[in-house]
Amino acid sequence: MKNKILRNMLIPGLCAVAAVGIPAILINFSIIDAYTAQILTLAGINSIMALSVNIICGITGQLSLGQAGFMAIGAYSTVLLSTNASLPLPVSIIVAGAITAVFGFIIGFPTLKLEGDYLAIVTLGFGEIIRVLLVNFKGWTGGPNGKQFPTILTLNPAVAYLAIIGVLALLVILVQNFIRSTYGRAIIAVREDEIAANSSGIGVFRYKMIGFVIASFVAGVGGALYAPFIGFIKPDMASFTRSIDYLIYVVLGGMGSTTGSILASFVLTSLQEFLRFLQNYRLLFYPVILILVMQFRPQGLLGTKEFSFVKTWDGIPGFIDRVMHAGKKPDSSNTREEKNA
Amino acid sequence: MPDKKPLILQASDISIVFGGLRAVSDFSCELHENELVGLIGPNGAGKTTVFNMLSGIYTPTEGQISFWDRNGKICNINRKNPAQLNKIGIARTFQNIRLFGQMTVSDNVRVAIHSRRTVTPLDVVFRTPRFRRDETIMTEQVEELLSLFRIIGKKDELAKNLPYGEQRKLEIVRAIAANPTLLLLDEPAAGMNPQETVELMNLIAFIREKFHLTILLIEHDMRLVMGICERIIVLDYGKIIAEGNPADIRSNPQVIKAYLGQEALNA
Amino acid sequence: MPDEILNTGLMFLQQLINGMSLGSIYALIALGYTMVYGIVKLINFAHGDVMMIGAYTAYFILLALGTTVPGMALAFVAAMVVCGLLSIAIERFAYRPLRNAPRLNSLITAIAVELILENGMRVLPFVGPDPRQFPTIEIKNFMFGSVSVSNIQLVVIISSAVLMLLLNYTVNYTKTGKAMQAVSFDLQASSLMGISVNRTIAFTFAIGSVLAGAGGILYATAYPQIDPLMGYMPGLKAFIAAVLGGIGSIPGAMLGGIILGIAETLTKGFLSSQFADAISFSILIIILLVKPTGIFGEKIRVKV
Repeated sequence: MKNKILRNMLIPGLCAVAAVGIPAILINFSIIDAYTAQILTLAGINSIMALSVNIICGITGQLSLGQAGFMAIGAYSTVLLSTNASLPLPVSIIVAGAITAVFGFIIGFPTLKLEGDYLAIVTLGFGEIIRVLLVNFKGWTGGPNGKQFPTILTLNPAVAYLAIIGVLALLVILVQNFIRSTYGRAIIAVREDEIAANSSGIGVFRYKMIGFVIASFVAGVGGALYAPFIGFIKPDMASFTRSIDYLIYVVLGGMGSTTGSILASFVLTSLQEFLRFLQNYRLLFYPVILILVMQFRPQGLLGTKEFSFVKTWDGIPGFIDRVMHAGKKPDSSNTREEKNA
Repeated sequence: MPDKKPLILQASDISIVFGGLRAVSDFSCELHENELVGLIGPNGAGKTTVFNMLSGIYTPTEGQISFWDRNGKICNINRKNPAQLNKIGIARTFQNIRLFGQMTVSDNVRVAIHSRRTVTPLDVVFRTPRFRRDETIMTEQVEELLSLFRIIGKKDELAKNLPYGEQRKLEIVRAIAANPTLLLLDEPAAGMNPQETVELMNLIAFIREKFHLTILLIEHDMRLVMGICERIIVLDYGKIIAEGNPADIRSNPQVIKAYLGQEALNA
Repeated sequence: MPDEILNTGLMFLQQLINGMSLGSIYALIALGYTMVYGIVKLINFAHGDVMMIGAYTAYFILLALGTTVPGMALAFVAAMVVCGLLSIAIERFAYRPLRNAPRLNSLITAIAVELILENGMRVLPFVGPDPRQFPTIEIKNFMFGSVSVSNIQLVVIISSAVLMLLLNYTVNYTKTGKAMQAVSFDLQASSLMGISVNRTIAFTFAIGSVLAGAGGILYATAYPQIDPLMGYMPGLKAFIAAVLGGIGSIPGAMLGGIILGIAETLTKGFLSSQFADAISFSILIIILLVKPTGIFGEKIRVKV
């Protein structure tokens, strides 16, 4: 039993280490070029945001259209903490995440009592209010043009990749641990049927809040990493359009699936670059795909299932077996003779 | 020595008003330990509304509901919400089955044990030994229950994929997992054929004994009600029109007039 | 001192007039949101862009025919017809197949339709992303004491009022209107009563969009610069107006639109135009915290 637990931890763990470490080394030695590195790292940021959306929309079942607002809070906090308070970058990032979580608590408290549609409207409004506030408080925020924030992450693609994908991996592990626990089950129960969950002893409001605050923390960390990576911050990052982008990743990947959301983020971020040749028609690409998915495969790529590293690993021998014996007929008669002999 | 068992629940003249409509008026009842009581009445009589008041979903506009918890302490439960009531010992099932469809059978039951957890969020996130111990205990409790009710074989199936009868059973198992003293069953036999209904009757008798439960159930199936209830309360237009044992109710002209009809007289 | 009070009072009245004009446009658009939500419980994010389509349709017609009376009449009618037909098509192909699916799917589809309308217009060769000048009539100002009302504002207020009266009549006194109310109340029961649910829903979408189209032209007349993204902000504000008045309530949408318009112009007049948007969103937050069902909305009880 203990070996199984160890195995279940080791396989994905090693995959994570490999996914974080190997490309970082390759980038460092320019085997992967800086342009590709930037796309991968950006996909990492988008994955963190998709993770945030998945937590609140997919796992907790509450439609929030304002996660970009939390991202902006995290980004701006990091910049202000690093420049005005002169905190070292890793510390600013963590504190920025905590600050965003506090905002999540404050905003969630009155709004999670509202029924589903109303929550969507309020979160939409919240994102836009954040944007307007960021534009207007020029002294702190630099107004509509934002602020520059070049750091080592902006200049060194290997460090950027390592930091961001590393944090992504860490967040995924911590979040998955939380979801696959009695707390996660309580939150999913609230999503599945509020009244039944309540009648089974689960405080509905409390667990919606927990999901909301965790999601805002993750979004804050996403923003906190985005600012030093991209090198500047602008009020636009809080807008409704950005929130929708992240929602699209989750919808296409599977609302409720962590691995699905991340997979979709990577695929769509990379696709955006490859689609540059479409120019303006590129802007039509997303919504058309979205409509098609909603009509024909609304559960997205993975639905609520997760991609299992362990099952894939266990399936490798069988897969190799099938490939090796691809041309041969099944030998049932022989085995019977062998048994009788 | 009192010849009646101790009181578990006492509703005193509870009423509820929705907008201009008085859905339930002056409902009073006493439930004693280990009793099996039926609540019947024509459609729209207010039975589920009574349940909703007793289980914390509605707050009565008048009257008082008292509940005696596991330690014998009395509490006023008018304003308590369902989660609080679940913790002090009231569990229920629903007219239209409310399972957690996307969760497995065993997870559905595990949710009901959540309030008895010993872990904190930190334990969970960092997978401490305490987390593993807690999970093992929970798994044992869940599997014990599932074996008892003979659905252990389907423990990893998604709840929404179970056949109808087993979904109803799972809802009851989930309610019992919360370790209640009072169980409210809302039309447990709805949609069942005669064979399934007999099995259900046996199940209810079994859980009443095994878990020493007090059971209040709403039903339309007269076979079941007359078959297992010791006492029956009849509701019509939000008011109690009769109360007594099955024989009395069967022959009560008020009740017959309200809704029983020929079938029950022959039952 | 008394002079200052008089001036402030006059400025207040002036902004009130401006607000009524802007608010009427918001009301026209808000009606579409509220009726669609009332009947299929969908927040039609694409509705604001219908207004944009109306403005562009009128633009091309006015470009061809000039701002003559027959030209403007044709522009009005054409815009309303185009918008009506467009939304019937959208409802038929994007929303109707999802009527029984989880609400989230329809919401996401609505967002996608919004993006397609906006970006589609940006990509169309004869439209393009750049703003265009909307042909307008000569502005004449009528003075009532020290308060001025322009002919455009009069046109806006009067046309909106006429359209809203027509809507009121349609909803309350025609068979189709009563069908709309029935379907909003209980879809299944209505179909059992012989009401064609599909046609009623299509009609609801159409009426809402006809009003939005008219709103688009009036908006473009008052603020003569049009671009493919022009519908986003007014759409959002009209939506807030619908929520303010009570989403699902027709009088609510009318009142909410006027209130929001006045709030916006008062903010622009007395505070600063930058905060105008923030004020609208704050109103949204406040109403959702204080009375989420809005001014005329009713609390819906969930049956357990």
